[in-house]
Parts: sequence; structure tokens; C-alpha cells
Amino acid sequence: MSGIFSSSIGRKFAMALSAFFLMFFLLQHFAINVTSVFSADAFNEISHFMGTNPLIQYVLQPILIFAVVFHFVMGFILEIKNRKARDHNYAKNAGHANSTWMSRNMFWSGMVILAFLGLHFYDFWFPEINTKFIEGDWSGMHDGEFRYFHELQEKFLSPVRVSLYVLAFVLLAMHLLHGFSSAFQSVGANNKYTEGLKLFGRLYAILIPLGFVVIAVYHHFNHIH
Amino acid sequence: MNLTLKIWRQKSADHKGQLVDYIIEEVSPDMSFLEMLDVLNDQLISKDEEPIAFDHDCREGICGMCSLYINGEAHGPDRGITTCQLHMRKFKDGDTIYIEPFRAKAFPIIKDLIVDRSAFERIQHAGGFISVNTSGNTQDANAIPISKDAADEAMDAATCIGCGACVASCKNSSAMLFVGAKVSQYALLPQGQIEATDRVLNMVKQMDEEGFGNCTNTGACEVECPKGISLENIARMNSEYLKASLKG
Repeated sequence: MSGIFSSSIGRKFAMALSAFFLMFFLLQHFAINVTSVFSADAFNEISHFMGTNPLIQYVLQPILIFAVVFHFVMGFILEIKNRKARDHNYAKNAGHANSTWMSRNMFWSGMVILAFLGLHFYDFWFPEINTKFIEGDWSGMHDGEFRYFHELQEKFLSPVRVSLYVLAFVLLAMHLLHGFSSAFQSVGANNKYTEGLKLFGRLYAILIPLGFVVIAVYHHFNHIH
Repeated sequence: MNLTLKIWRQKSADHKGQLVDYIIEEVSPDMSFLEMLDVLNDQLISKDEEPIAFDHDCREGICGMCSLYINGEAHGPDRGITTCQLHMRKFKDGDTIYIEPFRAKAFPIIKDLIVDRSAFERIQHAGGFISVNTSGNTQDANAIPISKDAADEAMDAATCIGCGACVASCKNSSAMLFVGAKVSQYALLPQGQIEATDRVLNMVKQMDEEGFGNCTNTGACEVECPKGISLENIARMNSEYLKASLKG
């Protein structure tokens, strides 16, 4: 057991486990965000609960941060190892003939997602951490009312920011189109359920990022009008 | 047909190689790709030039010796074949064809288009076998009940000829389709159960030590495999490995 995570298959397994966790997190993030389209109050209530619940803040949030960092660091390690495995590239290589663009460019779609996370943390997470953990304000209030929905709308005023978010979600969809079924393959699940899982994976990979795009665009136009 | 060939020439592992252009004329579309290279070599020999070194043996798609990365694909543009089964009718008059060796750090070039694939042999030695009682009381394999599905899947895995097209096609130079096939071949059969735990651990360990890359499930290996070895074999190896790791 000790050597498993230093082996090629162990690294694949670890990558897949962190991917499963992140895909589950993405789903719950979407479920919360989508309430903002229907009810500002519901979004505020849920955001306040998520932002102040000790279990979420002190247990699940550190696990999430670990999973995010782990997925990216392991992605870098695998990319470096894989590049080293071929010391001379082909003069002519027809990768498009045998594999999808998404599967060959997980590293680059991952880089775009990493850059997006930088922007997303700058927009929401760092101010949130600052308000609660530096300034010590856990009330979630601003000018006598919950601040979460206003902060959301304010961020999506900028067409540049909304465009960047949309671009990142397109790349996220591409990352997931390969990553979802790939994670199941990595943990050894390739059986009679595989085709069904692939279909579910494709739906997840398209619908969830599309949902995030719709939410961002909705708040951009909803605020202006 | 007349063709321009861009062929990788390299004197030895220690020399630097390069692509060299050759013009070959009046190539019959009925020739196999290797026959076309034979004709080119005859022409080179008649001009007192060094012939191009390339691997081949049975020329029937069985032995797995012929390799070649042709126009960016292992064994060329056709599917389910080895290079010896590729015919010139797949190309057009005036085409430029790139011919390169299989490239992977674990497959060092010996000369020109010949690479050393003995890393596969070492992986096989690490666990690609079963122990059989040869004292005279050997049980007839046909007397052991095996389900039709397991027998079919084991047979499919066993058709791997170890040519290395999976490694050559994989952007990560991963050997997991080959090792997956060899692990599956035995994991599916009762005869393979005795060494099942050690087999997968030792073969994967050897695979990693040889310097092959990590599989990222692009599926290129499955598409380019001349024997149509399925990605299911990699998944089976993954689960066998995880089970074996938990057992110790």
C-alpha cells in the first residue's frame, strides 16, 4: 500500500479522486448560484449559512483548498513526467486522427481554469476571507442588509469580467468533457455502465458550465436594466 | 505513383539523426509499404549508399516487429493493421510521406527506424507468466471451467503482439495498453489467479522503472492498436493494481 501513490497508476487514482471531489463541489456551487437568479433573499440566506457555518468554514473549506491545490500540483507533476517520457518529438504527428483536442490539451484547459481561479478568488474569495478572518466581521451585513447578492451583481457589471468568466467556463466544459469519463477509467471503472456514465458525463460537462454562463450573463443584463 | 519520402536516418544511438528526402518513382499501388522500402533500399544499394534500417519479420501482421510512424500515425493511416499490412494504394501520386521511428525514451533508437523495444520484454519477465506444474500431472486447461465472456475477453487481450504502437501513439509515451492487456490476459483466467497480486504490482513497477509516461486516457493507443486492444484492459489493470496494493 505504501508505494501506491508513487506509482503511475496510484498518481492516476489520486488525480481521479481529487477530480471527483471537485466535480461534486462544482455541482453544489452551481446549485447555490442558481438560486441567485430566482431569489436574492434565498441566495443571501444560503451564502450566509455557507460563509459562517463552522463545519463548512473549518473542515470542508480546508479540504476543498487541499483538493484544488493537489489537483493542480499533481497535474503539473504528471505533465512534466509525461514530457520527459519522450525526448524527441515527431516531425509529423497526427494526434487529431486518434484522439480529441480536449483529451490532448487537459494541461492547457487546466491552465485557463487556474488563471480563472485567480480572478475568481480576487473577486470573491479573498475579500470574503479578509472581511471574516482579518476584519473579524461575520455578520454578512452591509448598510443594514445582507451583502452577498449585491456583491455578486456588482462584480458582473463589467462586460470584460463576464467575458472572461464565459471563456473560462467554455474551457471548463472542455476539461470536463474528457475529465469526467477519464476519472472513472482511472479508478478502474470500465464496464457495462461505462456508456451510460459517458453520456451522463457529457451532459454534466456541458450543462453545469452552461448554467454558470447563464447566471453570469443574467446578472450582467439584469443589473443594467 | 511517384512519391517523396522524408525518412529518419540515424547511424546509431550515439549519433544525431535527421530527416532525409528520397524520391521514389513508379511505385505500384499493390505493393506493401515494406516492399516499397525494399525497392528503395535496392536502389540505394545499387548507388553504393547505406540502405535504410527498419524492423520486420513475418510480414503477416502477427509478429509485431514492424514499427514505423508514418505520416504522424503508428503503422500509418489505416486501422487495425501493422505496417507490413499497409498498402501503397492508401497514398496518392505526388504525396510526401514522413517515415519516423517509434519515439519514446523507453524505446531508444538503435539505427534509422529501428528502436529497442526490449523494455516490453523486461515488463513481461516481471510478471507476464503463470506457474504450471510440469511434473507430468499437469491439468488439461480445457478441463477447467471458464465462462464464455471471460474466455473471450482474455483471448482479446492475448492478441496483443507487443508492437509498441500504443507507446508510439500516446502523447505521454505510456505503455499502459500493453501492460493492461498482459495483466488482463491472466487476471481473467483461473490459471492466472495464483500470481495475480504480485503480477500486477511487479509489471507496473517495471513499467514505471523503464521510463514510460502516465496514461491520461486520450484513447489514441486503442485507435492505433493493430489488434484493437480495448481501453477496458487499462481500467482492469487499474482496478487489479488498486486491489493488489490494498492486499499488500
